[in-house]
Amino acid sequence: MSDTIGYILIAIGVLFNIFGCIGLVRFPDVYNRLQASTKCVTLGTIMVLVGAAVAAGWGAMAAKAIICAVFIVITSPTAAHAIAKGAYAAGVELWEHSVVDKYAEEVARKKE
Amino acid sequence: MITVFYLGLCACCFLCLYRIARGPSAPDRTVAIDILGIVVVCFCALLGLETGKDFYLNVALAWALLSFIGTIALAKFLEGRSFDE
Repeated sequence: MSDTIGYILIAIGVLFNIFGCIGLVRFPDVYNRLQASTKCVTLGTIMVLVGAAVAAGWGAMAAKAIICAVFIVITSPTAAHAIAKGAYAAGVELWEHSVVDKYAEEVARKKE
Repeated sequence: MITVFYLGLCACCFLCLYRIARGPSAPDRTVAIDILGIVVVCFCALLGLETGKDFYLNVALAWALLSFIGTIALAKFLEGRSFDE
Protein backbone atom coordinates (compact mmCIF):
# COMPACT_ATOMS: atom_id res chain seq x y z
CA MET A 1 0.00 0.00 0.00
CA SER A 2 2.68 2.52 1.00
CA ASP A 3 4.67 1.35 -2.04
CA THR A 4 1.80 2.36 -4.32
CA ILE A 5 1.38 5.77 -2.69
CA GLY A 6 5.12 6.39 -2.90
CA TYR A 7 5.32 5.47 -6.56
CA ILE A 8 2.32 7.66 -7.40
CA LEU A 9 4.02 10.60 -5.63
CA ILE A 10 7.26 9.92 -7.52
CA ALA A 11 5.40 9.75 -10.85
CA ILE A 12 3.69 13.12 -10.22
CA GLY A 13 7.02 14.61 -9.18
CA VAL A 14 8.82 13.41 -12.31
CA LEU A 15 5.97 14.84 -14.42
CA PHE A 16 6.40 18.22 -12.69
CA ASN A 17 10.14 18.04 -13.35
CA ILE A 18 9.54 17.42 -17.05
CA PHE A 19 7.06 20.32 -17.26
CA GLY A 20 9.53 22.63 -15.55
CA CYS A 21 12.32 21.68 -17.93
CA ILE A 22 10.04 22.16 -20.94
CA GLY A 23 9.34 25.64 -19.56
CA LEU A 24 13.09 26.18 -19.25
CA VAL A 25 13.49 25.48 -22.96
CA ARG A 26 10.34 27.10 -24.35
CA PHE A 27 9.95 30.40 -22.50
CA PRO A 28 11.25 33.62 -24.03
CA ASP A 29 13.52 35.34 -21.48
CA VAL A 30 15.54 34.70 -18.32
CA TYR A 31 12.87 35.82 -15.85
CA ASN A 32 10.11 33.70 -17.40
CA ARG A 33 12.42 30.70 -17.50
CA LEU A 34 13.34 31.23 -13.87
CA GLN A 35 9.68 31.47 -12.93
CA ALA A 36 8.67 28.30 -14.75
CA SER A 37 11.60 26.05 -14.00
CA THR A 38 12.34 26.91 -10.37
CA LYS A 39 8.79 26.47 -9.09
CA CYS A 40 7.97 23.32 -11.02
CA VAL A 41 11.29 21.59 -10.38
CA THR A 42 11.24 22.45 -6.67
CA LEU A 43 7.77 20.97 -6.24
CA GLY A 44 8.65 17.94 -8.36
CA THR A 45 11.83 17.21 -6.45
CA ILE A 46 10.05 17.50 -3.11
CA MET A 47 7.40 15.06 -4.31
CA VAL A 48 10.07 12.61 -5.52
CA LEU A 49 11.89 12.79 -2.17
CA VAL A 50 8.70 12.41 -0.13
CA GLY A 51 7.61 9.56 -2.40
CA ALA A 52 10.95 7.83 -1.86
CA ALA A 53 10.55 8.29 1.89
CA VAL A 54 7.02 6.84 1.83
CA ALA A 55 8.01 3.91 -0.40
CA ALA A 56 11.10 3.05 1.66
CA GLY A 57 9.20 2.97 4.93
CA TRP A 58 10.28 4.41 8.24
CA GLY A 59 14.07 4.33 8.68
CA ALA A 60 17.32 6.10 7.95
CA MET A 61 16.47 6.58 4.29
CA ALA A 62 13.13 8.27 4.99
CA ALA A 63 14.73 10.60 7.53
CA LYS A 64 17.49 11.59 5.11
CA ALA A 65 14.98 12.13 2.30
CA ILE A 66 12.88 14.42 4.50
CA ILE A 67 15.98 16.40 5.55
CA CYS A 68 16.95 16.73 1.89
CA ALA A 69 13.42 17.92 0.98
CA VAL A 70 13.48 20.60 3.69
CA PHE A 71 16.90 21.73 2.49
CA ILE A 72 15.66 22.01 -1.10
CA VAL A 73 12.61 24.00 0.07
CA ILE A 74 14.87 26.52 1.79
CA THR A 75 17.66 26.86 -0.77
CA SER A 76 15.96 26.67 -4.16
CA PRO A 77 13.88 29.91 -3.91
CA THR A 78 16.89 31.68 -2.38
CA ALA A 79 19.05 30.72 -5.34
CA ALA A 80 16.31 31.79 -7.75
CA HIS A 81 16.05 35.23 -6.14
CA ALA A 82 19.84 35.63 -6.26
CA ILE A 83 19.95 34.69 -9.95
CA ALA A 84 17.09 37.09 -10.79
CA LYS A 85 18.81 39.98 -9.03
CA GLY A 86 22.13 39.10 -10.63
CA ALA A 87 20.56 38.89 -14.08
CA TYR A 88 18.90 42.29 -13.61
CA ALA A 89 22.18 43.82 -12.41
CA ALA A 90 24.00 42.25 -15.37
CA GLY A 91 21.64 44.16 -17.67
CA VAL A 92 19.62 41.35 -19.22
CA GLU A 93 16.62 42.87 -20.99
CA LEU A 94 13.03 41.89 -20.22
CA TRP A 95 10.98 40.22 -22.93
CA GLU A 96 9.53 42.75 -25.37
CA HIS A 97 5.94 41.90 -24.39
CA SER A 98 6.52 42.18 -20.63
CA VAL A 99 4.14 44.75 -19.19
CA VAL A 100 5.38 45.63 -15.70
CA ASP A 101 8.80 46.15 -14.11
CA LYS A 102 8.39 46.87 -10.41
CA TYR A 103 12.08 46.48 -9.65
CA ALA A 104 13.03 49.39 -11.94
CA GLU A 105 10.46 51.60 -10.15
CA GLU A 106 11.94 50.53 -6.81
CA VAL A 107 15.47 51.34 -7.94
CA ALA A 108 14.36 54.75 -9.25
CA ARG A 109 12.53 55.48 -5.98
CA LYS A 110 15.63 54.62 -3.94
CA LYS A 111 17.79 56.94 -6.04
CA GLU A 112 15.65 60.00 -5.26
CA MET B 1 8.31 1.11 -13.33
CA ILE B 2 11.39 2.84 -11.95
CA THR B 3 13.00 2.73 -15.42
CA VAL B 4 10.26 5.07 -16.68
CA PHE B 5 11.18 7.53 -13.92
CA TYR B 6 14.83 7.33 -14.91
CA LEU B 7 13.92 8.05 -18.54
CA GLY B 8 11.80 11.04 -17.53
CA LEU B 9 14.63 12.49 -15.48
CA CYS B 10 17.03 11.85 -18.38
CA ALA B 11 14.71 13.91 -20.58
CA CYS B 12 14.89 16.70 -17.98
CA CYS B 13 18.68 16.55 -17.99
CA PHE B 14 18.87 16.78 -21.77
CA LEU B 15 16.47 19.76 -21.84
CA CYS B 16 18.70 21.50 -19.27
CA LEU B 17 21.81 20.67 -21.30
CA TYR B 18 20.14 22.12 -24.40
CA ARG B 19 19.53 25.36 -22.51
CA ILE B 20 23.13 25.38 -21.22
CA ALA B 21 24.44 24.96 -24.77
CA ARG B 22 22.06 27.41 -26.47
CA GLY B 23 21.36 29.96 -23.72
CA PRO B 24 21.93 33.42 -25.17
CA SER B 25 23.17 34.99 -21.92
CA ALA B 26 25.08 33.91 -18.83
CA PRO B 27 22.04 34.03 -16.45
CA ASP B 28 20.22 31.54 -18.70
CA ARG B 29 23.06 29.10 -18.26
CA THR B 30 23.17 29.73 -14.52
CA VAL B 31 19.45 28.91 -14.21
CA ALA B 32 19.92 25.73 -16.23
CA ILE B 33 22.89 24.62 -14.08
CA ASP B 34 20.81 25.20 -10.93
CA ILE B 35 17.93 23.11 -12.31
CA LEU B 36 20.34 20.37 -13.41
CA GLY B 37 21.69 20.14 -9.86
CA ILE B 38 18.19 19.71 -8.45
CA VAL B 39 17.37 17.02 -11.01
CA VAL B 40 20.52 15.11 -9.98
CA VAL B 41 19.17 15.13 -6.39
CA CYS B 42 16.06 13.37 -7.78
CA PHE B 43 18.31 10.81 -9.46
CA CYS B 44 20.07 10.10 -6.18
CA ALA B 45 16.76 9.58 -4.37
CA LEU B 46 15.59 7.11 -7.03
CA LEU B 47 18.92 5.25 -6.93
CA GLY B 48 18.63 4.96 -3.17
CA LEU B 49 15.08 3.65 -3.46
CA GLU B 50 16.01 1.10 -6.12
CA THR B 51 19.10 -0.30 -4.42
CA GLY B 52 17.82 0.07 -0.85
CA LYS B 53 21.07 1.71 0.26
CA ASP B 54 20.65 4.96 2.16
CA PHE B 55 24.06 6.50 1.48
CA TYR B 56 22.78 7.76 -1.87
CA LEU B 57 20.72 10.25 0.13
CA ASN B 58 23.96 11.55 1.68
CA VAL B 59 25.22 12.12 -1.86
CA ALA B 60 21.96 13.95 -2.65
CA LEU B 61 22.31 16.22 0.38
CA ALA B 62 25.93 17.09 -0.42
CA TRP B 63 25.04 17.67 -4.07
CA ALA B 64 22.18 20.02 -3.15
CA LEU B 65 24.50 21.97 -0.83
CA LEU B 66 27.26 22.32 -3.45
CA SER B 67 24.77 23.25 -6.17
CA PHE B 68 23.29 25.96 -3.94
CA ILE B 69 26.71 27.42 -3.08
CA GLY B 70 27.78 27.38 -6.73
CA THR B 71 24.58 29.10 -7.84
CA ILE B 72 24.94 31.82 -5.19
CA ALA B 73 28.57 32.39 -6.20
CA LEU B 74 27.61 32.67 -9.88
CA ALA B 75 24.78 35.07 -9.03
CA LYS B 76 27.13 37.32 -7.07
CA PHE B 77 29.57 37.19 -9.96
CA LEU B 78 26.79 38.22 -12.36
CA GLU B 79 25.89 41.10 -10.08
CA GLY B 80 29.43 42.39 -10.44
CA ARG B 81 30.48 41.98 -6.82
CA SER B 82 33.40 40.07 -5.38
CA PHE B 83 32.88 36.91 -3.35
CA ASP B 84 33.80 38.25 0.10
CA GLU B 85 31.43 41.23 0.08
